[in-house]
Amino acid sequence: MSNVPTLQVSAADPHAFDAGGAWNLANVEALERLCERAAGTGVKSIDLRRVTALDTIGAWLLERTARGNVARPAQTAITGVDGPHGDLMRQVQRLNRGGSAQPSPVNPVLQKLDQIGSGGQRLMSDAAAFLHMFGAFSAALLGALRHPRSFRLTSTVYQLGRVGWQAVPIMVLITFLIGAIIAQQGIFHFRRFGAESYVVDMVGILVLREIGVLIVAIMVAGRSGSAYTAEIGAMKMREEIDALSTMGLDPVAVLILPRILALIVALPILAFLGSLAALYGGGLVAWLYGGMSPAIFIARLHEAVSVTHFEVGIIKAPFMALVIGLVAAAQGLSVKGSAESLGQQTTSSVVKSIFLVIVLDGLFAVFFASIGM
Amino acid sequence: MTDAPAIHIRDLVVGFGRKTILDHLDLDVRDGEILGLVGASGGGKSVLMRTLVGLLPKRSGEIAFAADASSAGVRGWGILFQQGALFSALTARQNIQLPLREKANLSPQLLDEIADAKLEMVGLSRDDGNKLPSELSGGMTKRVALARALALDPALLFLDEPTSGLDPIAAGEFDALIRTLHRTLRFTVFMVTHDLNSLQAVCDRVAALADGRIAAIGSLSSVLASDHPWVKAYFHGARAQMLGLGR
Repeated sequence: MSNVPTLQVSAADPHAFDAGGAWNLANVEALERLCERAAGTGVKSIDLRRVTALDTIGAWLLERTARGNVARPAQTAITGVDGPHGDLMRQVQRLNRGGSAQPSPVNPVLQKLDQIGSGGQRLMSDAAAFLHMFGAFSAALLGALRHPRSFRLTSTVYQLGRVGWQAVPIMVLITFLIGAIIAQQGIFHFRRFGAESYVVDMVGILVLREIGVLIVAIMVAGRSGSAYTAEIGAMKMREEIDALSTMGLDPVAVLILPRILALIVALPILAFLGSLAALYGGGLVAWLYGGMSPAIFIARLHEAVSVTHFEVGIIKAPFMALVIGLVAAAQGLSVKGSAESLGQQTTSSVVKSIFLVIVLDGLFAVFFASIGM
Repeated sequence: MTDAPAIHIRDLVVGFGRKTILDHLDLDVRDGEILGLVGASGGGKSVLMRTLVGLLPKRSGEIAFAADASSAGVRGWGILFQQGALFSALTARQNIQLPLREKANLSPQLLDEIADAKLEMVGLSRDDGNKLPSELSGGMTKRVALARALALDPALLFLDEPTSGLDPIAAGEFDALIRTLHRTLRFTVFMVTHDLNSLQAVCDRVAALADGRIAAIGSLSSVLASDHPWVKAYFHGARAQMLGLGR
């Protein structure tokens, strides 16, 4: 017998069909076409005696065709199933008897409104999660201050090594390049009206007040904030956080406090080193590209910047670290069961912390301007 | 059913570093049977299964599959992993549809109907199909994973500890389910298990893996009669006595 599937009208009755060939996955496209054609003519019975192979898909297609005559469901019958395919056919006859689970169509306008509404709700719950994390962090910090022995120093030092010491090379390299680029652009454009020497003022003030700390904070958010979210999220997924709480340990005190404290210590140090590297990069470009000797650069820098500029920059660093750490921890704890959710939370952790760092920088700029620093 | 074995293994050697896990192992899985493999924890049962499906490399030896049972064959194989290994980002229904979508060209309506049919075959409801794996209980996860393994109506089904982590009632139901599906869909089953009840209720033949080789193979009663010390310890231990297996 051929393996090409067939579904032919039998000679005796125009509504009786004979099925033949291999009714299986390999021929599924041909089978679907055959069944659609047969369903159009009204099927009363299907004879399976000449079917050579049958699997679940073939059996279901035959069953569906036989059932398809909605007006007279009782009058369709499948015959010739006593052979080896009987068990399968009998099982399939019991399946999909319930009503169709098609969801009712939704009004597109309502759907849009629903999306906007749940977006707003998500924003609120994110803000609440952030504040909740801030509260839990403060409580854990107070607890550690009251009982210093419960504070996890080893963990904090280990985290400090990861987010501080190991981050130094990349931070220094990037801020060095940024300083060099600012100096080059400054020299190139200031040269037109003979104000090349003011490039030192620009590099010094810009780097110390804004760029140094901002670039370092953004890099830390991308490098360490994302790592925190992924770690805490993976622990949440594998129920490690739940295991900690059932042992009577506070997950915030054990996992999150050391991480955020390490960030708060590390970010000012990184910002300081980054500012040095940026000034060094600017000085090097001023010497090699602008022809300003290092001695003159240093002398001009001395006149142009004061300790105030440095203070304005470095005061912002611990606050930015706190925001990055809190966002990373809150996002990590809101990871759900799936791998996709872990990726989503890590992405939104980085995006949100960079956004908040820039907003915070703006608020500080307004604040320092109003107090005259 | 033909006489050619579904899986033919000769002189199989598998190891990591200096350690040899499977040492010149010979085994034939007959077409259409349910073979249960028992062995000590860490004794190489899962290694054997993972080598058969190509997840681990073999050092030497020969593995041959019947024409329709190899991964490239018409019907191929299905695998039920111990933890289910459902794709966490997809719903139960999408998990079942994935192999169908990749291997065959089905209309969306038929795809939904087949997935619903498979869900019902493994004893789940249509609403369960919309759930994400993280929302499923342990028993439901196993059932969805079984439905996914059966999506393409494979000729050969690998089960890795199908009843582990299930309570005795759920485990019994799962055994009965495998029996029923085996009768209707006619596949060969290679089952790694520790569940003595499953061996009794489901398996046509039992193979005992000890010291990297098959120490005993045959019907459960003939394996029980084996003189191999590990097999004796396994089947005549206190837990086996409790089930009335040992003498």
